[in-house]
Amino acid sequence: MSTSSATSGDATSKGRIKIVHIYPREMSIYGDLGNTRCLASRLRWHGYEPVIHQHHPGNDFPTDAHLVLGGGGQDSGQARVEDDLAHNADVLRSLAADGAPMLMICGMYQLFGNAFITVEGERLPGIAILDVTTQGNAKRMVGPVVLETAFGDVVGYENHSGSTKLGPGQQPFGRVKSGMGNNGTDGTEGAVTGNVFGSYLHGPVLPANPALADALIKLAVERALGEPFVLGRIDDELADRARTRQIHRLVG
Amino acid sequence: MAVAAGKVARAATRLRGGGSAMPGLVVERLDPRFLTHALANLPRGVVVVTGTNGKTTTTKMLVAILREHGLTVFTNPTGSNFTRGVISSMLAEIPFSGRLKADIAVLELDEAHALKFAAEVKPTHSLLLNVARDQLDRFAEIDHTAKLLAELAEQTTTGVVLNIDDSFVARIATRVPDGVTVTYFGVDPSIADRLPELQEADVRFDDEFTPPRPTAADGLLLPHDERSFEVRFGLTGRVGPMVLKQRGLAAMINATAATSTAKALLANEFREVDAVSALERVTPPFGRGEVIDADGQPLELVLVKNPAGFTVALGTYGSAPVTTMVAINDNYADGRDVSWLYDVSFESLRDNGVALTSGVRAYDMALRLKYDDVAVAEVEPDLEVALERFLTAYKDEPKRIFCTYTAMMTLRRDLAARYGLAKFGEDAA
Ligand SMILES: [Zn+2]
Repeated sequence: MSTSSATSGDATSKGRIKIVHIYPREMSIYGDLGNTRCLASRLRWHGYEPVIHQHHPGNDFPTDAHLVLGGGGQDSGQARVEDDLAHNADVLRSLAADGAPMLMICGMYQLFGNAFITVEGERLPGIAILDVTTQGNAKRMVGPVVLETAFGDVVGYENHSGSTKLGPGQQPFGRVKSGMGNNGTDGTEGAVTGNVFGSYLHGPVLPANPALADALIKLAVERALGEPFVLGRIDDELADRARTRQIHRLVG
Repeated sequence: MAVAAGKVARAATRLRGGGSAMPGLVVERLDPRFLTHALANLPRGVVVVTGTNGKTTTTKMLVAILREHGLTVFTNPTGSNFTRGVISSMLAEIPFSGRLKADIAVLELDEAHALKFAAEVKPTHSLLLNVARDQLDRFAEIDHTAKLLAELAEQTTTGVVLNIDDSFVARIATRVPDGVTVTYFGVDPSIADRLPELQEADVRFDDEFTPPRPTAADGLLLPHDERSFEVRFGLTGRVGPMVLKQRGLAAMINATAATSTAKALLANEFREVDAVSALERVTPPFGRGEVIDADGQPLELVLVKNPAGFTVALGTYGSAPVTTMVAINDNYADGRDVSWLYDVSFESLRDNGVALTSGVRAYDMALRLKYDDVAVAEVEPDLEVALERFLTAYKDEPKRIFCTYTAMMTLRRDLAARYGLAKFGEDAA
């Protein structure tokens, strides 16, 4: 277990926000730790004090999390976290039910679903916070992505061999404008239930899409402090230009 | 017949200024056994150099040592990785009989193509450098890359040289067939704390792997200071001290790998003095710390292609801060996913800031730097415009450009035209 405060005793802080990154060693191979870095910096820029907690397999899960993040990993990484995830499934489910914001990318998105069915037909159960089921494929879905979402157009990069189907009534995170998305056929990408977001988008997704980052921060702040989120002044010109250039390249 | 057709195709692409793999493709179509035929029975065998980082530099060093010992060495000098590229570079040197006149071949191949090559020609020796994340959209996972290297080791007939400090590579010893010699290279235990400069740690698991104890056949890097180092073999054997033209710990470990491999290949014929004089003369390959005289000021071009490589490059060059540009493209040859930039720490650039970011993903790079509190003076996606500005606005300062592969090709072409440099694949020396 390791907890670190990103700023030390800032007297002007509007309050402490605890971010838990689950399995940073095993499940953040494609730069997904950049999401955590992004949230920590933006919290600071908004005037709050971020506290980053890394949860590793075998340690106690912090039940006082204000925001939970997870990323993608190799097959060997997924195998290393399965037991711990099953062990902490109830904690995560009750946090989710209680409205804690979560962002799960790629491999952790799949593990937050009902199950992953391997190419050989073996069914590996997930923790069923999102009503999605993933079928393993021999072919990978790889490339840049543009989505239409509740937070505007979102850009990122997908790299997954699983093909994900939404259960009846399950909301997607976005609609694919360019790329493959959940399965390359139904135009959906990711899934949202309450404040839990699942998506295949690496990039990492948050730095270039600050509207999504701030939406998660708003939920975390309100949960942590019980008062409205007060925005600081952040210059997002670089992020906006990085994003709009990708949108122009991919969808014109 | 195949050789003649290939030579014609080679002449044709030369005239067009085309890519190096095309004539190889022609020969491969005509005679798929071409490689086997041409490389069969080279008296000293066929050496494959592979791994994620340092292939080009290490290959160049190994070739230099072998040539210093009087061997005729065939190599693929354009860094043309693919089997076809190997054939293409052979065409220039092959008589019409189709048999290569050389004592030994030393080939740089990437992990996937090394296996394709081994399906045609079993290497007598392979040198396996390291495993890191690279071009994820092509190979997907480092576990997969490690598997490819292990399969290459299984195909090798005489000797395998392994990185003792990279558990993914050292572990391959158990996969080497009976009767095939295993040799190691690595860093001396006294500098083990500097290993993080050579490899990223965060995606590796602490697994139960006990590295083997080095013997007198295994070369260990012992730096004396920033520039000078020796390679130790057991308690008494040493090659060096020496100073390379290329700076940094990564170049030293590449020299250690090349020295260990040369010693394994040459056995009693290996001469320390020849190894040292060869290594001290090797010029940095294209884009690997190549220094260009730009209007009287040094300009270093540094290729970056994955988190481990960028981390090593920042560690190597960060100690002498200069005016910096970073150029990031996301074409196929660069790796299309730029997520990996978030697995590199850029804090060493914080004091001096970055003058320019450029390339297709110039804004993403500037955004990444912002998250490490590194100031960026200007963002200019157009590489030629950015280079012009970088050279004129910082005319009187030493400069450095970190760039991805296709960005480097564009910048290098521009710089070659401006300052009259050797073309890609040619050596000025
Ligand atoms: Zn992924």
